[in-house]
Amino acid sequence: MSPFNLAAINFVWLPILPLVVVTVAAMAVLLAGVRVDDSESEGLGLLTLASLAVAFVFTLGILGQYGVAFAGAISVDSFSAFFELVILIAAMFTVMMSLDYAAENRIPGAEYYSLLLFSVLGMMLMAAAGDLIVIFLGLETMSITVYVLAGIMRRNAKSNEAAIKYFLLGAFSTGFLLYGIALVYGATGTIKLGPIHDALASGAMGSNPLLLAGIGMMVIGFGFKVAAVPFHMWAPDVYEGAPTPVTAFMAVGVKLAAFAAFIRVFMVDFASVGAHWQTVLWVIAALTMTGGNLIAVVQTNIKRMLAYSAIAHAGYLLLGMAAGVRSGPAILYYLLGYTFTNLGAFSVVIALERRGEAGNQISDFRGLAARQPLLAGAMAIFLLSLTGVPPMAGFVGKFYIFSEALHQGYVGLVIIAVLNSVVSAYYYFYVLVAMYMQEGGVEVERLSARPALVAAVGLAALATILIGVYPQPYIASAANAFHSASGAEGSHSAALEP
Amino acid sequence: MIPLTYMMSLSAIIFAIGVAGVIIRRNILVMFMSIELMLNAVNLAFIAIGSRLGSMDGQVIVFFVMTVAAAEAAVGLGIIISIFRNRETVHADDLTLMRW
Amino acid sequence: MTTWYPVAVTLLVAGVIVGVMCTINMLIGPKRPGAIKSEAFECGNPPSGSAWGRFSVRFYLTAILFLIFDVEVIFLYPWAVELRYLGMFGFVEALIFIAILCVGLLYAWQRGALDWD
Repeated sequence: MSPFNLAAINFVWLPILPLVVVTVAAMAVLLAGVRVDDSESEGLGLLTLASLAVAFVFTLGILGQYGVAFAGAISVDSFSAFFELVILIAAMFTVMMSLDYAAENRIPGAEYYSLLLFSVLGMMLMAAAGDLIVIFLGLETMSITVYVLAGIMRRNAKSNEAAIKYFLLGAFSTGFLLYGIALVYGATGTIKLGPIHDALASGAMGSNPLLLAGIGMMVIGFGFKVAAVPFHMWAPDVYEGAPTPVTAFMAVGVKLAAFAAFIRVFMVDFASVGAHWQTVLWVIAALTMTGGNLIAVVQTNIKRMLAYSAIAHAGYLLLGMAAGVRSGPAILYYLLGYTFTNLGAFSVVIALERRGEAGNQISDFRGLAARQPLLAGAMAIFLLSLTGVPPMAGFVGKFYIFSEALHQGYVGLVIIAVLNSVVSAYYYFYVLVAMYMQEGGVEVERLSARPALVAAVGLAALATILIGVYPQPYIASAANAFHSASGAEGSHSAALEP
Repeated sequence: MIPLTYMMSLSAIIFAIGVAGVIIRRNILVMFMSIELMLNAVNLAFIAIGSRLGSMDGQVIVFFVMTVAAAEAAVGLGIIISIFRNRETVHADDLTLMRW
Repeated sequence: MTTWYPVAVTLLVAGVIVGVMCTINMLIGPKRPGAIKSEAFECGNPPSGSAWGRFSVRFYLTAILFLIFDVEVIFLYPWAVELRYLGMFGFVEALIFIAILCVGLLYAWQRGALDWD
């Protein structure tokens, strides 16, 4: 007789339908695009965009469902739906930024768009994971494809260098994460998140050395992926060297997926042993905020500056995690605002960029307001949101995270964070000053010939303002998403009816 | 029966050798081999724990890790080849186009 | 322990046979070393160039293709063992798995990765 029971694996297809759509689309784009010339890849991009939209609609169907599928491998809840939706939005923005960029830079379209879709698949898998090994598989599906995407401009030495650095450090960190998973498996006897939660919550584990070492290793692994100091050294080089749409995708998509898994594992399943990891995250959060902001001040390249800014924002998010379960909804809301803001900022960077190096220096933004008032205005919105000025999304997110942390008595950490926000204002405003008060810089070419890019900038700007001015529905859905993952522990492992 | 501690210690030692290799060596290929060593150390831990617990999970995970490692090897070697074509080097210290 | 008995016997027999053959060869085989004999052996052809020279990248491409498709097949072994139990469902699942691999093969073929020239 077989050691396992086929009937016990509940095959519920609806929750993974978005994943199936993305997979099929990735294969279709790969095969359809083989004969397409590199300079005519727009059609493939539109096909990608359409399939992402279909996946988005199917994902809406998961909202409100609750349980596990495929013998616990897939978590079906609003938490996974929330992250899948935001990841799909980030991917759609990335495609809109890439349509003209890929064709102009002769990036092979079939490979580019199908790798993009495969990495979206990995990210969604991380968000929907129900056991540690699915998290690992999602992480690797995402990472391996993004290694290639970072180096997809094969003749460009910077792109090569970005790819190899990301690959070596990414694979290195994967080793740590996997070792952590093995140790947690050894300590709790299971890899499924629900049973791990129950085993830890029962309190029988105490401070089992295997468990402690495992949690530590997993912090290192996730720390690399979210680019937390001191595991951040790859981020600036990779962000600078990778093609700009890929950089945007890494700064937003990879971060979303990594935080989705990080939050689900630590704030939900490891919540009962918070004493073991919250202090560690406290230190990492303080280092990350401070390190990211201080080094960002001296940058002259806008992509590098945004890379350090992304590190700093990871620090604010880690602050929320260190402060404990109550700040969960704030973290999700913050990530939503961060997504639109950062995608918008990178879209403006692409608009200024021309083949080669031009347009990536902060000095290239000089006088932009006089030549392109709308573009400069949009960039101003994104920079203000990144700084945390009301009424942008970034302000509400920061305020929400900091106040939740204060409520839980993390005064020291919040003081560090507020001081850091002041420092960050310096380098964000530096770009504003360059745009509005200085002259020179580069001409923006053919903006009217790039409708998709303009649409991306406009939509991101609108969303950044909308989410900031009218935050209630987004805060509500973030709270609903977080509580659907962490609430009602008893039914955590309840199987869905097919 | 061999105690679990022995196998976990062996796995930890191999993992540490891999980590040390990545940190100390500067040849990209050797660094990459060290990473593979780390993954194999983890495989050993998974198998040891799985067989001790009498659960299949540990063994199944090893299959996935092996497949992922193969995919990673394919992609990594591809990236190394494109670096070598552009730069004629496989030395990590030569990759200094970008510095803060 | 008794289950390992046949394995031990097999190892022992194999060791004895190899040992005896090597010893006989060493004792009665003629030894006439020469310059040609000590060259690197390349399947009977005269050796060309240094063994440390560079190879065409095509070898690498073929090796990678082999590696990927070779490793993916490990998932079919457990499936094959439980095929009877998994029934039609497992069969269809494996077909989907193989179909996905075929997409990869088709892509490699269309991109010309299988052509030597």
